[in-house]
Amino acid sequence: MELSGGQILVQCLKDEGVEFVFGYPGGSVLHIYDAIFHQDDVKHILVRHEQAAAHSADAYARATGKPGVVLVTSGPGATNAVTGIATAYLDSIPMVIISGQVPSPVIGSDAFQEVDTVGITRPCVKHNFLVKDVNDLAETMKKAFYVATTGRPGPVLVDVPKDITDPNIKVPYKYPKKVVMRSYNPVVTGHKGQIKKAVDLLLAAQRPIIYAGGGVILGEAHKELTELTHLLGYPITNTLMGLGGYPATDKQFVGMLGMHGTYEANMAMHESDVILAVGARFDDRVTGKLTEFCPYAKIIHIDIDPASISKTVKVDIPIVGDVKPVLEQMIELIKDGKHKPSKSALESWWQLIQSWRDVHCLEYDRESNIIKPQYVVEQLYQVTKGDAYVTSDVGQHQMYAAQYYHFDKPRRWINSGGLGTMGFGLPAAIGVKLAFPEADVACITGEASIQMCIQELSTALQYNAPVKIVNLNNRYMGMVRQWQEFSYQCRYSQSYMDTIPDFVKLAEAYGHVGMRIENPEDVRGALEEAFALKDRTVFLDFITDRTENVYPMIEAGKAHHDMKLRVAPGTPVDRELS
Amino acid sequence: MRHIISILIENEAGALSRVAGLFSARGYNIESLTVAPTEDASLSRMTLVTSGSDEIIEQITKQLNKLIDVVKLIDLAESGHIERELMLVKIKTSHDTREEVKRMVDIFRGKIIDVTPSSYVVEMTGQSSKLDAFIHGFEEGSIIEVVRSGPTGISRGEKGLHL
Repeated sequence: MELSGGQILVQCLKDEGVEFVFGYPGGSVLHIYDAIFHQDDVKHILVRHEQAAAHSADAYARATGKPGVVLVTSGPGATNAVTGIATAYLDSIPMVIISGQVPSPVIGSDAFQEVDTVGITRPCVKHNFLVKDVNDLAETMKKAFYVATTGRPGPVLVDVPKDITDPNIKVPYKYPKKVVMRSYNPVVTGHKGQIKKAVDLLLAAQRPIIYAGGGVILGEAHKELTELTHLLGYPITNTLMGLGGYPATDKQFVGMLGMHGTYEANMAMHESDVILAVGARFDDRVTGKLTEFCPYAKIIHIDIDPASISKTVKVDIPIVGDVKPVLEQMIELIKDGKHKPSKSALESWWQLIQSWRDVHCLEYDRESNIIKPQYVVEQLYQVTKGDAYVTSDVGQHQMYAAQYYHFDKPRRWINSGGLGTMGFGLPAAIGVKLAFPEADVACITGEASIQMCIQELSTALQYNAPVKIVNLNNRYMGMVRQWQEFSYQCRYSQSYMDTIPDFVKLAEAYGHVGMRIENPEDVRGALEEAFALKDRTVFLDFITDRTENVYPMIEAGKAHHDMKLRVAPGTPVDRELS
Repeated sequence: MRHIISILIENEAGALSRVAGLFSARGYNIESLTVAPTEDASLSRMTLVTSGSDEIIEQITKQLNKLIDVVKLIDLAESGHIERELMLVKIKTSHDTREEVKRMVDIFRGKIIDVTPSSYVVEMTGQSSKLDAFIHGFEEGSIIEVVRSGPTGISRGEKGLHL
């Protein structure tokens, strides 16, 4: 079969089983778009901004486990996609980005829409390629998918100069079944001796805790994690990225840990004597002050990326490997072994944890006659029976979503944890809805975040991706306002906008349904009405309490046991809000 | 502590900038860096001199290994090794000083490879400290130009860094 470069690219996507390409055309990719025009197998989703293409593809990958695919043109097309690529990179999401480039002979001449895409993206991709010969194109694409989806996943970019896709130059096409790269051999199996040592340490623990991150979800190891946790009877906490990797409604789950984690999760970490870290990377939002991080604990760390081990926190028993087979081996060793966890030690440990749970750190004022953002998330959880895909933007609403929507299944919670990208939520929701047209998809957002990719309301209509936008509108960049309140004596520098659009009219202008909800008693009904409108995108603009803050909070540079808790409801707070 | 990291890397466009970019992005030091193709033209050998605590060096080697183009690497400082650096020095000479400069070059086992009535170019290889010592043997102002390759190194014994 002889094909042109443009046709080869499309054929490679077919052969990879790619369902959707999220993209935006332009000069350098016109040959590729012409090849897309001539087929129906790979569906192209036309976004309204390249950043959204990357976010939609990224969220598609997070929800399905399959790599997301992006197609953008050279120059601004590529630079616009960079934020989305970096978002995927920081959260280790498998993604393949095809970017057009100016024709090979003019590279380096500052040609129209030329930018050094390989150079610009180098620090925020797992790997990237510049294709120099059309004969290499198919193999390069295979390598891109291979690198993106194996080991610690990540985005891989393939930069394709326009002459490579010339329709007049046809070459024999064969998509390689597999590729071997002598420089890339991701480790999959953990070291047996280390696993044995880890199990011994784990079983001897008096105050153990399991700390599980996004690696559990990426590594499809949620079943094994749950089995191991039940087998041991130990408490377990999830990172923001790990939510859903362990059922949140299970009694051994102590909530999320870290900056806005629960009191019980952070206290249990601080007081623990053995930590089993699974697919988590000791991010600064999790550890707080490093020198005071878990002072009594010996740490076991399972991670597929050797560079994640002892990067910020020195660990005692590192295990490099895919989390799933490592957990399987641990389960086997525990089942076959004579030793069992100490019952009495565990009993008193759980009693201590119960005393922290009794603090009820996530309580809030339920009597308020202003809508509390937490209440909206709780109602959303109930209306969707805890079974929706929930995407979010970045800020207070993201934390409320993480705290009050209890994820029992993996891949349901879709958020930008590492890079913290505002504007992620709406295009992400569209990517998820396209993957699962029958599922409920909600985007929990705020009035600041949503405006960063609001143009995607148009994409949602064109491709019939009816999502529900839950806008927690407090007329502030809430998280910025919260920090300014705590650390800058309430000097609210540039953290609110005087000209917030009428979101109801805006939604209607884009062809959707808009609702404004101003009273707590209307919250439930509005959500039920919105989710009953199966085939419509609904923008729910909840006018929420301007003064509400996210608690608990470990302020920057403080340790786990040093949490700021919510003051009792009704206590006067010394602050001024305009 | 000073470390010499020897890297086998795919001889591809951009491979060098991946390494250099890693160091600048993560705030690691590069004291020197040499790179050239090996006997297998598809591979380059890079010798990188850096310094840092054990933790930092561990991260550097892990992060380098993570680069897709890096095939293999070793930290030469971990075992017996030999290192050499090439230096070319242009030295001012006059009728009175020529003999003295020649003697110095002989002591350091260098070679004079270019001569004009007013200058010599000296070629010298050795450990970096020897090259430093040679330069310090001259009065200020007598050296016109110094070019150094940065150290390259190889481990002692039978074992080697290859595919």
